[in-house]
Amino acid sequence: MLFVFAGSALAINIAKDVTLDGFLQGNYSVDTARANPDGDYFKLAEERLQLKLEANKDPFRVFIKSDFFHDWIDGRKFDSELREGFVEYTSDKWDARIGRQIITWGVGDLVFINDVFPKDYDAFFSGRPLEYLKKGVDGAKFGVYPGFASFDVVVIPFFTPNKFPSPDRFWLFDPMPQITDRPEEEPQTSLQNTEVALRAYKDVAGFDTSVYFYRGFFRQPSAIPDNHFAPSKLTLVFPELSVYGASAQGNALGGVLSLEAGYYESRDNESGKNPFIPNGQTRFLIGYQRQPWTDFTAGLQYYVEYMQNYSEYLANLQPGIPAVPKWDDLFSLRLTQMLRHQTLKLSWFMFYSPAVGDFMLNPEVKYNFTDSIWAALGSNIFGGGNKASQFGQLARDNNTYVQVRYEF
Amino acid sequence: MKSFILALVIALIPCSAFALSATEIMTKSHEAFYYPGKDFKARMVMKLISAGGQQRIRELTLLRKNFPGDKQKYFIYFFQPADVKDMTFMVYKYPDRDSDRWLYIPALNMVRRIAAQDKRSSFVGSDFSYEDVSGRNVNEDVHTLVREEKLGARDCYVVKSVPKAADVEFSYKLSWVDKASYLPLKEQYYDRRGELLKVFTADEVKTVKGFPTITKRTMKNVQSGHSTVVTFEKTDYNLGLSDSLFSERFMKRPPQQWIE
Repeated sequence: MLFVFAGSALAINIAKDVTLDGFLQGNYSVDTARANPDGDYFKLAEERLQLKLEANKDPFRVFIKSDFFHDWIDGRKFDSELREGFVEYTSDKWDARIGRQIITWGVGDLVFINDVFPKDYDAFFSGRPLEYLKKGVDGAKFGVYPGFASFDVVVIPFFTPNKFPSPDRFWLFDPMPQITDRPEEEPQTSLQNTEVALRAYKDVAGFDTSVYFYRGFFRQPSAIPDNHFAPSKLTLVFPELSVYGASAQGNALGGVLSLEAGYYESRDNESGKNPFIPNGQTRFLIGYQRQPWTDFTAGLQYYVEYMQNYSEYLANLQPGIPAVPKWDDLFSLRLTQMLRHQTLKLSWFMFYSPAVGDFMLNPEVKYNFTDSIWAALGSNIFGGGNKASQFGQLARDNNTYVQVRYEF
Repeated sequence: MKSFILALVIALIPCSAFALSATEIMTKSHEAFYYPGKDFKARMVMKLISAGGQQRIRELTLLRKNFPGDKQKYFIYFFQPADVKDMTFMVYKYPDRDSDRWLYIPALNMVRRIAAQDKRSSFVGSDFSYEDVSGRNVNEDVHTLVREEKLGARDCYVVKSVPKAADVEFSYKLSWVDKASYLPLKEQYYDRRGELLKVFTADEVKTVKGFPTITKRTMKNVQSGHSTVVTFEKTDYNLGLSDSLFSERFMKRPPQQWIE
């Protein structure tokens, strides 16, 4: 048993301005219906140690967050992962953070429009703690605070793709399963390929208002066949993308109202005629959150994306691939009830797409046994829609997960 | 002639009108408890004690700054427990409408607004509600002076406060307000059935930079047996907190000098 420790926190003060803390975690997720494509039943089975080292010497700060884990599935291996590692400089009117860092923008709850930073959907669908949905970017973030507004400037020279569930552990839609030669071509590191993301934000009439710009790449690869009629190879590329967007969030209608929109310019497929690269899109989100009673919060969101050049998309759609609707949408509902002095948390999260008819359900119970030990038990349930839709394709991947953590 | 009439009118008003009304007492108490100084800092340790004696600890620094029009801004940084370390919480409090509340989650590097309608919700799982931390608007209750009596060695007003709204978990509250400092030295909350629900006690009062301050307090739920003891370890007033501290920038990167 990993969690033999009990009681008080063990956080260590190495020197006055240096701290070391972290956690030990067991995380297991099992497919409740059938075996994975690789014959195993576990989506996830691992033990993990996270160490966070922080050193402060004004105006500098160094932060390193690194995971060391033992994975029972992929050849029972030990491995490590640098989650974040950066140096930060703070002055009166600006600051800079250089290195691997997690950046989260936008007002959506698990719906991302202007948060163009890397995600780990494998973690999300297989029952890891939510923080593992976000991956760090390797770059620099500058904050500038002249008073009339605040500005974030992010420069990313090293591209990081999203991580998707692996075809060994998840049943996924694949229109061309016979083609196994699939080289991946990430954008090369160059000045021209350096991603830039900007955010300007300020309070406008009590609303937190932001405008955003991004120039870089889709983080989900597009599969380009070597030959349209008899393909033998699919090259996975990351097409060029620009995003222009805005968001606002504030108190209204007795709750918190969130609004966000973004225009996705697919720069490698402006005409919409290339069936292998996404068309441009306009995305909208409206969200509303309130507390109807003590320690209970309800959040409702409606998201819709509109595909540009839809007739060109339909005219060029490849056989065997179900068409995405011109207006694709998604409802989400999050209900959270805290009980027993907020040590017991019951939560329900649901995505449902009226346009496609697919859904994802995520009920979860989390209990804090002590200040340093908690455990969560939950399920991810998918279905509806069609064999290619976002959640419909995961219909055979329902899983139940356990997370147990000792924090120090 | 005019001044003569005025003098006559004053002479005719019963003597008791010169004493403070219950609402005036509670207004002065509210100011003494939640508004002293231009700004305020406390590093506090909250012990959450279950009926069975199990303890959980919340350690945090609370910073408060007053703004014109009874507006206040609060900034809270969490040291403990480990799963909320480096979390920050910010509140803009307005006298006449819902507060704005933001939460910073370090693992996601994300600042979010959170819904703030239920002011009676528990603050970090303790027996104190959000309202107990930042103050309940005096106008939300009807106040009556019940009696004047000594609490220990202190002369107190005993005021009964009945919420105007029906959706509050207590039907009335009795407050023992110190006549000298106007701080509440004890409060009793009665539930909807008229049974005693919670008891607040000021266990230690110190004068910091001239402001009488409750540096140790307890809220005990006498029905569940759960209690919370809050001890202020560092307390200071008029530090010169800058307006810009209460911002997304500093929620993500709280200045060491203010939170220590």
